[in-house]
Amino acid sequence: MKLVIIKYNAGNIQSVLYALERIGVSATVTDDPEQIRTADKVIFPGVGEAGSAMQYLREHGLDTLIRNLQQPVLGICLGMQLMCAWSEERDTQCLGIFNEHVKQFDVNAVAPDGSRYKVPQIGWNNIYQLKTKLFDGLPESSYCYFVHGYYAAAGPHTIATADYILPYSAALHRDNFYGVQFHPEKSAQVGEQILKNFLSL
Amino acid sequence: MLCKRIIPCLDIKDGRTVKGTNFVNLRDAGDPVELGALYAQQGADELVFLDITATNEKRKTLRELVNRIAHHINIPFTVGGGISSVEDVHALLQNGADKISVNTAAFKNPQLIKDLASEFGSQCVVLAIDTRMEDDGQWYVYLNGGRVKTDRLCFDWAQEAVALGAGEILLTSMNHDGTKQGFALDITKQLATNLPVPVIASGGGGTMPHFAEVFTTAQADAALAASVFHFKEIAIPELKRYLQQQNVQVRPIQ
Repeated sequence: MKLVIIKYNAGNIQSVLYALERIGVSATVTDDPEQIRTADKVIFPGVGEAGSAMQYLREHGLDTLIRNLQQPVLGICLGMQLMCAWSEERDTQCLGIFNEHVKQFDVNAVAPDGSRYKVPQIGWNNIYQLKTKLFDGLPESSYCYFVHGYYAAAGPHTIATADYILPYSAALHRDNFYGVQFHPEKSAQVGEQILKNFLSL
Repeated sequence: MLCKRIIPCLDIKDGRTVKGTNFVNLRDAGDPVELGALYAQQGADELVFLDITATNEKRKTLRELVNRIAHHINIPFTVGGGISSVEDVHALLQNGADKISVNTAAFKNPQLIKDLASEFGSQCVVLAIDTRMEDDGQWYVYLNGGRVKTDRLCFDWAQEAVALGAGEILLTSMNHDGTKQGFALDITKQLATNLPVPVIASGGGGTMPHFAEVFTTAQADAALAASVFHFKEIAIPELKRYLQQQNVQVRPIQ
């Protein structure tokens, strides 16, 4: 199986590569359109800012390329957000694979106990209403590691939900495209199972 | 619901864990990778590796170690100790670190925080503060591993650092560190309830109720400890069960 990780200007690619190695899979990190197009599976990771990431993708023709991929694609964190229609982060038009919109968490939100929510959300949170084979073998309320200040609203493509200030999309799916807001590469055994599930789609 | 985090800290010198450990079941208790992996398996939520090596060989050794850690550990980890430039951080992240912590260098050159946040994002910039309460009842910032006092108040510095782009604060009370008498609840609470970023409490955790009170009374987002874990005075699975019983939201052990 030929597995490709898309290389662009948004970090954390090494962590994904190492996580795949830990489950015995090697991957190629590349921005070469031909290699991406001919891969069996594609991972689209990312940590960073939506506006500059989308600009980079457009300048390198990767936006059209990603949209037209036919094989299973997994977006992680910013990768998932870029697969949505639009992001409030610098008012950015994204790839439009998922219809959902990406918004900033309300920085003034107050928890029921009177404490302030921290934005970004950093840490382990549980995911529920799990759908599709991506979550095979995982119980409801499994815990994953999240780091994000923007969230994709819940919508028709939501296949997992998480709660922080409000319920939002922890994962999205349409056709061959999957996206997860959390970091499976850092989510212990739960994350490893999700990566394995993606690889066996 | 977002969980409170338990974070073991490993002090590293010349690529080895120091301060001693008491793990008879490890082949090599001095190997930070093996110890880190054991903690991860036991349910630690994150790890911090603090490099206290003071030689010229330091950078290369640390990068190699970080690379090995990144290959073996499936939870997030932070690397700190003597980081003073964008280049240092770039190399550590390239080798698989998730976050880095800065302390003295950031205090002496606050622009470093801004540069790191804009280059790599706030999510990977942890500001470590060593603080001590003086006779006047105020908490002051200390540098160089607690050897150098400054006139700056802890809260003011934390607030400035967050404005510059620090994504988390790792707060160590020198009054409490090593005492096992409990965390510094007042200064932890002041930071945790007034800053918009997570606060990791460090120093003084000696019993399981200490961890519960730093989460409930002081509202810390995470708690860090070293020797109580290394010497098996507190086992992470037991600690998490206890916290659950105290209605503290933690990630259950698998």
